[in-house]
Amino acid sequence: MSETIGYILITVGVAFDLLGCIGLVRLPDVYNRLQAATKCVTLGTCMILIGTAVIAFGQGLNAMAIKALICMGFVLITSPTAAHALSRGAHKAGVPLWEGSVVDKYREFEEE
Amino acid sequence: MSVLLIIYIWILVISAFLCLFRIGMGPTPPDRTVGIDILGTLVVGFCAFMSLATGQDFYMNIGISWALLAFVGTLALAKFLERRSFDE
Repeated sequence: MSETIGYILITVGVAFDLLGCIGLVRLPDVYNRLQAATKCVTLGTCMILIGTAVIAFGQGLNAMAIKALICMGFVLITSPTAAHALSRGAHKAGVPLWEGSVVDKYREFEEE
Repeated sequence: MSVLLIIYIWILVISAFLCLFRIGMGPTPPDRTVGIDILGTLVVGFCAFMSLATGQDFYMNIGISWALLAFVGTLALAKFLERRSFDE
């Protein structure tokens, strides 16, 4: 029973990973690529780790399950922070937005 | 190792090759840095699958340390992209 729930969670996580990486190739801009890839891959990897923890608790491997939950906490904290620093660095380095973009709030904030 | 785990690992390999395409073909340096960040997060998923397939728990130690080191590396590259020094 716990193995079935774990494999369902892992399936959803792997689908999110694949769609995030397709968005990383497909989208036209640094900021669009960062938004698509970071959110999808963070959620997908966290669901893979939750599924691993559920399967390991079902099989009695408690050390593996607790390490998977700790790893999920680290990914959930560090990945959005790295993406935020990266988008700020790209904007300060002068990478232009896609020509279809309609608003640039950070430039308005810096001009004030 | 069940057949399902092999299918999942191949899907993650395809995702990793899409990231490598972006690292190789990215027109600006932040594009390549985004690809490196996403590839570092995918490797944690590989470590979870290896841990499930073999039943050993030390692969999750590799996953934890890989997540923290990828975070430090991405922060260093982001600070480098702002044209600043590292010790600020």
